[in-house]
Amino acid sequence: MTTLKKNPLFALFASVQLALFLLFLLASTSIIGTIIPQNKPIAFYVEQYGFKTARFFQLLDIADMYNSWWFLGLLTLFAINLIICSIERIPQVIRLVRRDILAVTPEQLIKFPLRDERHLAGEMPVVADRVATLLEKHGWRAQEATVGSGRMYGAEKGKWSRFGLYMVHCSILVILAGALLGSSTVASKLFHDPLFAFKGSVTLPEGEQTDHIYAHDHRGGGRLDLGFALRCDDFSIEFYSNGMPKSYRSKVTVLESGAPVLTTVIEVNKPLTYKGITFYQSSYQPDRNYQAILKKKDGSAETTARIPVAQQIDWPGGGVSYGIINRERQGELTRRLKIWFSDGQGEPSIFWVHADQEAAIERTSGTYLLTIKQRYATGLQVTKDPGSDLVYGGCLLMLVGLYIAFFLSHRRIFVFIQPEARGCHLLFAGDANKNKVGFEKYFSQLISKLDRETE
Amino acid sequence: MDSSQLFGISMIAYILATAFYLGLFLFKIERFGLIGTLLTLAGTCTLTVAIGLRWHESYQMGVGHAPLTNMYESLIFFAWCTTCFYLALEYRFKARIMGTFVMPCVAVAMAYASFSDRIDSRINPLVPALQSNWLIAHVVTCFIGYAAFAVAGALGLMYLLKQSEANKPQPGSRSLTNALPPLQVIDDLTYKAIVFGFMWLTAGIITGAVWANEAWGTYWSWDPKETWSIITWFLYALTLHSRFTRGWRGRRIAWLALLGTIVVFFTYFGVNFLLSGLHSYGSA
Repeated sequence: MTTLKKNPLFALFASVQLALFLLFLLASTSIIGTIIPQNKPIAFYVEQYGFKTARFFQLLDIADMYNSWWFLGLLTLFAINLIICSIERIPQVIRLVRRDILAVTPEQLIKFPLRDERHLAGEMPVVADRVATLLEKHGWRAQEATVGSGRMYGAEKGKWSRFGLYMVHCSILVILAGALLGSSTVASKLFHDPLFAFKGSVTLPEGEQTDHIYAHDHRGGGRLDLGFALRCDDFSIEFYSNGMPKSYRSKVTVLESGAPVLTTVIEVNKPLTYKGITFYQSSYQPDRNYQAILKKKDGSAETTARIPVAQQIDWPGGGVSYGIINRERQGELTRRLKIWFSDGQGEPSIFWVHADQEAAIERTSGTYLLTIKQRYATGLQVTKDPGSDLVYGGCLLMLVGLYIAFFLSHRRIFVFIQPEARGCHLLFAGDANKNKVGFEKYFSQLISKLDRETE
Repeated sequence: MDSSQLFGISMIAYILATAFYLGLFLFKIERFGLIGTLLTLAGTCTLTVAIGLRWHESYQMGVGHAPLTNMYESLIFFAWCTTCFYLALEYRFKARIMGTFVMPCVAVAMAYASFSDRIDSRINPLVPALQSNWLIAHVVTCFIGYAAFAVAGALGLMYLLKQSEANKPQPGSRSLTNALPPLQVIDDLTYKAIVFGFMWLTAGIITGAVWANEAWGTYWSWDPKETWSIITWFLYALTLHSRFTRGWRGRRIAWLALLGTIVVFFTYFGVNFLLSGLHSYGSA
């Protein structure tokens, strides 16, 4: 250890100066990525900033700067700095915590910044007993020892709070470890198992199923097999009266070797997790084709078809032809459709029908019921992040650590009792590593309690 | 009576309070300070009722949600948090003069929320992404942090003002800054406000990350708001470390507190208005 400490590199990484410098660098370079748009194609940068600047950007990976070699390098240095800093300082803290509270001399007590003196009438054992009771009453578990002709009492509280700071430092390392474990790059490059951790997406039209998804990867993205299949049974959107979207819902079924095992609804903020893989509602697309459900009212025949716009569809089973000749849309959503319908007898019927509503068509050959449904494809974000629990744990550790580091302090109180003429002389001393003002107040209050008892 | 009238009343109370605190600072009339505090207290009570009423009104409209979802509501909440934090400090440390530096921020926030064209004060329903229990946790934690940092910045300004006055060759006995608390006290309060804010900012970033993971499947995507919040975090971490380990006190911490407030301000407004990203809800 001593040889290590002389190593200049070790000294550098153990220094707080480096930590300050790295924090400054991380804070200032992070700004770049908020000003220069990220993850755009190279042509974008050439157009926006010129060819030379774009070349420079490419060299420094500015287009994806938070994953660039130099930014990750900074984070790595920061992590090393944290580790070395802690390795160097934790033994000192352990020594502090394990220190014998009574290893102080009365001479040292006199040098404490916080001290007070009293004279109490009474014999030594009586006074000592009162002091011990006072300390005990206020939760100070004192140890005692005889020092010369006097008696020394020492008690401490919150010594473990000295570790709070290191809990925070450790939590940052835990979070970084969690981020690494959940990184798709690490999964594919280091573990050679792209299925270990990934982010991807899938677009699933209603009624269809898939057993694979495509990974998001700026280098093309690969196909990933889920090991099970997911079917989109239904997708629906709801709107508020002012036109703002209210909900996006996908009803999905998980299938294991063809057999349905789970049917559930995925909404924004309500993802589905199955076998460690999580599906999030992220987008939708209206299908170009519509679903037509057409039946004879007497129940003798029924058909379901996926039909495009402006194309005549023949239904020989019902003896009719029909088609969508026009539609009224709001944004990408279809409100109404204009239908052409003929049974080959007389003029064809032409009429408007609302999407998703059944319309009855009276013809000489009978009454037909027609429903045209808007079809959607749901867009699901699919991720597997085995590191997220570690990240959450790190976050919790950080909050607890911050609380301990900032709001709890290591406090010590000493009382040295010495017999003198007609009574005892009491020397009080104390210290706290944080919130010294508050402790000072507490300290004098504690002593004044003893005074009041005496009166 | 509806919530918008109450918001108006509390805005007026805050503006008057600012005026009285300024009066305290300029003329050193103790009674002005007392009136300032009472006005702040009255404004805050009114604002509390107004926020509750707006919450209730949203339920009557059938789109019930906590009033923490757009720029208007966040400004109001920021004003509320900052005054609460300030009143607690004033009560605890008996330093009424701080109001001169804190209350202008609050009054400006309220007035900006009420009068700017860029800000829509209507109650709107929640888009699907915002329909989450994390909404309240995330916004509340962030804004308590912002409030503490705003107060820290005001204290930093106070420190610098007092110090520059003290450095003058002949500090006059009627100097304006005489009424300010001793430099060490301001320094200590600035530090305490930063520590408090840092805790809540950390909690705010964490709740945001957990929420993002729940809604989008990524707890961190380096979007401008996230990035600026971590920049703020780095900056305050730097401030705290320089104080703990390099012994930075006084002037330097005061400047860092001011810089911090500017960065917080940019994270709050600048990102919404100047940069685009996932946090676009806040911009209207």
